[in-house]
Amino acid sequence: MNEPLQPTSPRAQRYWNPYVAGFGLGLTLLISFVALGVGLGASGSGARLAASAAHTVAPEAVEANGSIGPWFEGGSPLAYYLVFMSLGTLLGGFVSALFARRVSVAVERGSGVTPHTRLLLALAGGLLVGFASRMAGGCTSGQALTGGALLLGGSWAFLVALFAGGFLVAPLVRKEWIA
Amino acid sequence: MNLFASGALETPFGWIVALLVGLAFGFWLERAGFGSSRKLAAVFYLRDFAVVQVMFTALATAALGLVALDVAGLFDASRVYRMETLLAPQILGGLIFGVGFVAGGWCPGTALVGAASGKIDALAFLLATLIGSLVYAAFWPQLSGLQSVGACGVVTLPEIFHLSTGVTAALVVAMALVMFMAIQRFALRR
Repeated sequence: MNEPLQPTSPRAQRYWNPYVAGFGLGLTLLISFVALGVGLGASGSGARLAASAAHTVAPEAVEANGSIGPWFEGGSPLAYYLVFMSLGTLLGGFVSALFARRVSVAVERGSGVTPHTRLLLALAGGLLVGFASRMAGGCTSGQALTGGALLLGGSWAFLVALFAGGFLVAPLVRKEWIA
Repeated sequence: MNLFASGALETPFGWIVALLVGLAFGFWLERAGFGSSRKLAAVFYLRDFAVVQVMFTALATAALGLVALDVAGLFDASRVYRMETLLAPQILGGLIFGVGFVAGGWCPGTALVGAASGKIDALAFLLATLIGSLVYAAFWPQLSGLQSVGACGVVTLPEIFHLSTGVTAALVVAMALVMFMAIQRFALRR
């Protein structure tokens, strides 16, 4: 009754077994610890891109900001390992999707909402996630997964709170996902 | 010694290694099906459990691997960068993040993979995360006080529960296995 979701296009390959993919992701995280000395991250690059965009408009205000100002002390905030990691994530995702024939331009949604509503909710969700990632000092990658594997108390608190927030609000946006 | 500990993370060589790690990161996320917001959001309706299965398999693998390498004397795990525990911003941030995750259908890493797969909703989500991070910065004078509420420094589960790192990692693995068995037994039954 609850077959895992697969791509809708008949041309696309099926997703890999979640435990296999999880093991590969875990080894990637382990390699990151050993080689880089830091775990995975995905939200820092966007925050730095936004900060450098804001800096072109209002350099004084950005540099004086206690949260993003320090990123400009050593030159460009984009000269940072997480920016390069995100470039890799984009590329790795694209190559994988290409070989599995899963690249398709689409607005993904459940049948209960229009593409317009779905895009508005994607924007609203992104706004909250971008805000919350800065508040918590990381996202699902940098806090939940990385900090979780390092057995850090605050990261586990974040992980539990994340699922609590998601399950709590899920009934309100049910139509967005479930027909 | 790792690049962070030797101060070489922010060098062209460090960036190349980070890019390569990112390549593998994006590959595995996409293979798992995380270039699809419907699949990601389905976990919150108990319709698909890949988010839980992939995340906890990865978490347990890395936690156990780190302990194994450390015990074998192959890698000094204490040299890995660790985030401080800041209870109030991490709990409140986690709650807000979860709301944004189910409403938006993505998190930052999966949205990168979704955008690379051509998903317009992932692009919209990513664009909004940039704005969200600037909103946080704009309200920094009002929000910065929260960072010191429940600030405990670097605190680990082994310290909290008075257990060794190895036993704690084993307990995390056991918890993940119990969760997986429950998913296979009750949720994916046909």
